[in-house]
Amino acid sequence: MKRSTVVIRPSARALSRQASSQSFLLARSSALTSRQRRLYSTHPPNARLNLPIDYATTPLLAHTSQAALSNPELPASVRNGTTKRMNLFQAINDALSTALAEDESVLIFGEDVAFGGVFRCTTKLAETYGGDRVFNTPLTEQGIMGFAIGAAAEGMRPVAEIQFADYVFPAFDQLVNEAAKFRYRDGAGGRSAGGLTVRMPCGGVGHGALYHSQSPEALFTHIPGLKVIIPRGPVQAKGLLLAAIRSNDPCVVMEPKILYRAAVEQVPTTAYELPLGKAEILKEGKDVTVVSYGQPLYKCMAALKAAEQDFGVSVELIDLRTIYPWDKETVFNSVRKTGRCVVVHEAMVNAGVGAEVAAAIQEDPETFVRLEAPVARIAGWSIPTPLVFEQFNLPDVTSKCYLTLGLADVYADGMPRDIRRHQKGDEFLRDLSMNSGILKQSMLHSSRRGVDWLMGIVLDDIILSVFLV
Amino acid sequence: MFSRAVRLSRAALPIRVASQRVPIAARRSVTTNAAQAQVDKSTIPESEDEPFTIRLSDESFETYELDPPPYTLEVTKKQLKQMYYDMVVVRQMEMAADRLYKEKKIRGFCHLSVGQEAVAVGVEHAIEKTDDVITSYRCHGFAYMRGGTVRSIIGELLGRREGIAYGKGGSMHMFTKGFYGGNGIVGAQVPVGAGLAFAQKYTGGKKATVILYGDGASNQGQVFEAFNMAKLWNLPALFGCENNKYGMGTSAARSSALTDYYKRGQYIPGLKVNGMDVLAVKAAVQYGKQWTVEGNGPLVLEYVTYRYGGHSMSDPGTTYRTREEIQRMRSTNDPIAGLKQRIINWGVATEEEVKGIDKAARAHVNEEVAAAEAMAPPEPTAKILFEDIYVKGTEPRYIRGRTLDEVYYFN
Repeated sequence: MKRSTVVIRPSARALSRQASSQSFLLARSSALTSRQRRLYSTHPPNARLNLPIDYATTPLLAHTSQAALSNPELPASVRNGTTKRMNLFQAINDALSTALAEDESVLIFGEDVAFGGVFRCTTKLAETYGGDRVFNTPLTEQGIMGFAIGAAAEGMRPVAEIQFADYVFPAFDQLVNEAAKFRYRDGAGGRSAGGLTVRMPCGGVGHGALYHSQSPEALFTHIPGLKVIIPRGPVQAKGLLLAAIRSNDPCVVMEPKILYRAAVEQVPTTAYELPLGKAEILKEGKDVTVVSYGQPLYKCMAALKAAEQDFGVSVELIDLRTIYPWDKETVFNSVRKTGRCVVVHEAMVNAGVGAEVAAAIQEDPETFVRLEAPVARIAGWSIPTPLVFEQFNLPDVTSKCYLTLGLADVYADGMPRDIRRHQKGDEFLRDLSMNSGILKQSMLHSSRRGVDWLMGIVLDDIILSVFLV
Repeated sequence: MFSRAVRLSRAALPIRVASQRVPIAARRSVTTNAAQAQVDKSTIPESEDEPFTIRLSDESFETYELDPPPYTLEVTKKQLKQMYYDMVVVRQMEMAADRLYKEKKIRGFCHLSVGQEAVAVGVEHAIEKTDDVITSYRCHGFAYMRGGTVRSIIGELLGRREGIAYGKGGSMHMFTKGFYGGNGIVGAQVPVGAGLAFAQKYTGGKKATVILYGDGASNQGQVFEAFNMAKLWNLPALFGCENNKYGMGTSAARSSALTDYYKRGQYIPGLKVNGMDVLAVKAAVQYGKQWTVEGNGPLVLEYVTYRYGGHSMSDPGTTYRTREEIQRMRSTNDPIAGLKQRIINWGVATEEEVKGIDKAARAHVNEEVAAAEAMAPPEPTAKILFEDIYVKGTEPRYIRGRTLDEVYYFN
């Protein structure tokens, strides 16, 4: 391994072509320098599209008090109140504090929560509400969950924290076989574990490797009897978490850990709930529906902005918020309007939320007949989370997807923008044979554009909106 | 049950060396002093390889339904020096990791074992290469002692291809021959260790598995499930709780109903060991291995140790314990200083020679760390991202997070 750079190796043929052009080599050398610095899968240098998310300006967060209070889902009393700037963990802390204050039966426990928790979500709660209501548990996930279920069955409202979603698996049996089935099996007895809320941080964090970056939400969506909730920011986190705590169903609240400090917005100071099982349309559009939840929403927003600007398409963005049971009506209505749908999540693609949404869309006759393209999924690959290559796995702004039948196209970061939908769409559809293999077509096309495909590396410089032909 | 344990441990007392410092009636506990072993200096041979007998402190062990190991240990000068060298290398390696982390060259989660070196080193000096070791996420020292090189361990932390796990695992997930990790899930390695022990028993040979977990992990249900299987099938398993007093930020007493972790096996005999004294660890594990491979079934050991640093790199380690406590352990119970003192006092090596060992260990680590830092960062290719997961040919044909200017293209 003498090679000093991280470049993708060009073929011999490509090299000889390069050698023939001195100016070309010179032009590459400056890029090499930037490559050398990129030891981790951080944001690409010189990227036009895959830029770091600017949480300070994203329209997905309420940056002003006015924006936060204009939310029509909030009751009038809240909208007439005040707001405070909070990040995600502070909003969660606020919700937990509210729940503890308003209801004696609310308990909070988990590993290290009395010290504030590893992500600071429970800061000062033990001091304020006492060690008998906010307390540390041993490192015993299965025990924590069973304990919480027992407490909930007696009418308490336990909020159990699993320190990382990756640690929840020992507790899986308790969630699946006890919490979710409690009401069903008790029947007329009327007991349930409905007061149970489980919180856990999930998702990529940049370098979590095998056991600190997973997104196991789809596993819980397979269990009737649980509600699975993923907030995208502080306002949501507070409202959804309070709703979950007050809800009489066992709820799993998964918090994208990368947003704990990154996502900051104005949050109403008074207590409020946001509806569970209800999606939110973040942006209306007419050509394609993008369905997502949690952190990838920010990337979707960046992608659709680029798509709208570059291709003149109009994209609708839906935040599922509750991923089980999810809001089919909102999604179906949107897809009936646009005819196209992309589902985006970090968790691996197989048997994920995307699969469920896609299947439901095609099962619904009224929505199916309106489809103009297969429902696409952009999700993590079917791999364990890599250590240094996390960004190479997570969906990004330019993730490839095939929205139209058989059409694959390449839109490269920094390449001339000549594949505009309105100019070429119909031509491409005619050119590409439906059954010749999407990838092959895209490769042919890319080769024409001079991308080096010989190493079998296809860059992810393919923007989803290209396919909205 | 516990009264029986107390009775047994009293009954075992006469076996111990004559000098009892603690009244029998008083509740005794294992010392964490690292320099209490003694030797009759006249018995120390000239030769490096000739064994001589040292006498361990009578506070080195506590037992539960088990006769204590002999309070004597045969060692050679060479072994003592090697143990010292190994502990210094492990500590230097951890310090290097600390530095690289603070320089932001190592990212992610990283747990250091500074202060706990005597356990990894003592265990390895008591077992054979054919035995197995499996441990928790605080695994750098074990990976080194099992045969991993410093460069491959630091390379792993840096995410390099030449790292011990191809740069894919990082701090918590290291594997080498006879070493099954490194596991990021608290307690998950314990039943896996029982399976390793079963395979050893099944395939025959006098082999054992050393299974380590922390005081925090000892409350995981699967630890008890593993205990039961190991005893039921009489497996050659040496369960070992590395009790460093804190599971993350929660002290043992706040998380555990019974902090005598060596008694946690209930129906499995237990042995509590001074985990700051590498010689006591060696003596205990040596004894435990012999005991278990003779068909006596599993053993639950407890290594009483201490970590100087925080739980991980993001924990300063001072919010849940006093600085004085850390300072006291460092200054009076340090495993490396303890062994050093004895080596010099016993005349096994002169102060100059010990300094030479220090220097050699430091130079070795520096050289290896430099080599690790010089390793090329992994190529961001699909091959690396998808290898060992997808059947060849079925991989996704592209990776994410790249831009066009990061490839060569022609035309």
